Amino acid sequence: MKEKFNDFVKSRWGIIAAGLIIGILASTLQKLGNPKNMGICVACFERDIAGSLGLHRASLVQYIRPEIIGFVFGSLVAALIFREYRARSGSAPIIRFMLGFFAMVGALAFLGCPWRALLRLAGGDGNAILGLLGLICGVGIGVLFIRSGYNLGRSRRTHPAVGAVLPLLMLGLLLLLIIKPVLSTGAPFFSAEGPGSQRANYLVALGIAVVIGFVAQRTRFCTMGAIRDVILMRDFHLGSGVMALLAGAFIMNLVYGQVHWGFAGQPIAHTNQLLNFGGMLLAGLAFALAGGCPGRQLFLSGEGDGDAAVFVLGMIVGAGFAHNFNTAGTPYPNNPPTWGWGTGAIMVGLAFCLALGFLMRRPLEE
Amino acid sequence: MDRLDLRGLSCPLPVVNTKRELKKLARGESLEVVVDTGTSRDNVTRMATKEGCEVEVRETEEGHFVLTITRVK
Repeated sequence: MKEKFNDFVKSRWGIIAAGLIIGILASTLQKLGNPKNMGICVACFERDIAGSLGLHRASLVQYIRPEIIGFVFGSLVAALIFREYRARSGSAPIIRFMLGFFAMVGALAFLGCPWRALLRLAGGDGNAILGLLGLICGVGIGVLFIRSGYNLGRSRRTHPAVGAVLPLLMLGLLLLLIIKPVLSTGAPFFSAEGPGSQRANYLVALGIAVVIGFVAQRTRFCTMGAIRDVILMRDFHLGSGVMALLAGAFIMNLVYGQVHWGFAGQPIAHTNQLLNFGGMLLAGLAFALAGGCPGRQLFLSGEGDGDAAVFVLGMIVGAGFAHNFNTAGTPYPNNPPTWGWGTGAIMVGLAFCLALGFLMRRPLEE
Repeated sequence: MDRLDLRGLSCPLPVVNTKRELKKLARGESLEVVVDTGTSRDNVTRMATKEGCEVEVRETEEGHFVLTITRVK
């Protein structure tokens, strides 16, 4: 039984099924109350968590999103059942932290991670095309570095406790969400209006996310990997899963009446195409250099990868910075300025990532 | 038989490094690749099969995977 399931999840149909499940459930989460074209967005939801913890003061985007917690739990359960839980760490953690930081800065300039870029497109948001083009170019630059020997060095097996840290942090967040303690500081903060206040029932969202985490751990679903493998090896395995996500979300959006074509006036989006493209260019490069999209980093964290967990923490801190320093894109009816803090942060991030790509090309044997 | 230790390397390095070595293999020759995650095991196996090789996987007591890859085409 286990073997048959394993054979299926490794197959082309397995990854297509995973993409369809994610697309259908993401669209359904929107129907159940999550923000428009944001049934699932790893970057946005980690940003909401950062806000709820008080790491930024953007009052419209503060909530402990159970989807993030569920992704880690689902992956952890799958890894334990299929004996793939392996605590490991030590592959340039500080670099991974900064890659997570700048990946978040880029994603928030665009207003979404690769998953949300697909969901925005599936909802008719034309601005997502520029974001996806930026993502493809960013990953493409990352592939050039990988081809020329870029690597972050080896990780090492370590104590199981190291791999348990992020799942335990997620457990702590879940307790905060359930208990909702009232502190004199106001923390944890929960938005009363705006995207942060738009939520599916938390138990339903948690359940859906556990299913997605489980499926994604087994199939190794990764949006960045999909693009990278096509460019690097002409391998369309992960790519077929990503196309299935897009198709699943689009069909369900049609069923739910959630498709609205256009560029201006799209939900939680802006029409500054330089920032849409540039933000995802930076995010794509950072994901490629770190070896996984933000969803994949959560799934890896669930199966014991302490380095992926550091990337996740970098993203959460990056979200705090992005909102405190106004680098995040301002959504409709406003538009972020072409030459503002957002553009500046993207340029600094690109400089950082390019420097890493050139400098970290040590032979593996060292 | 050459041995390639790719433990501790994250995606896509195990696949990239194995593919580079596979190009040097003549028909009937084998390469031993050691990886330490299920993802690397699956990705390397998929790539090698696509490249016209047969792959035999063995799990060690420490939980590592030893892949014996033989070029058949």
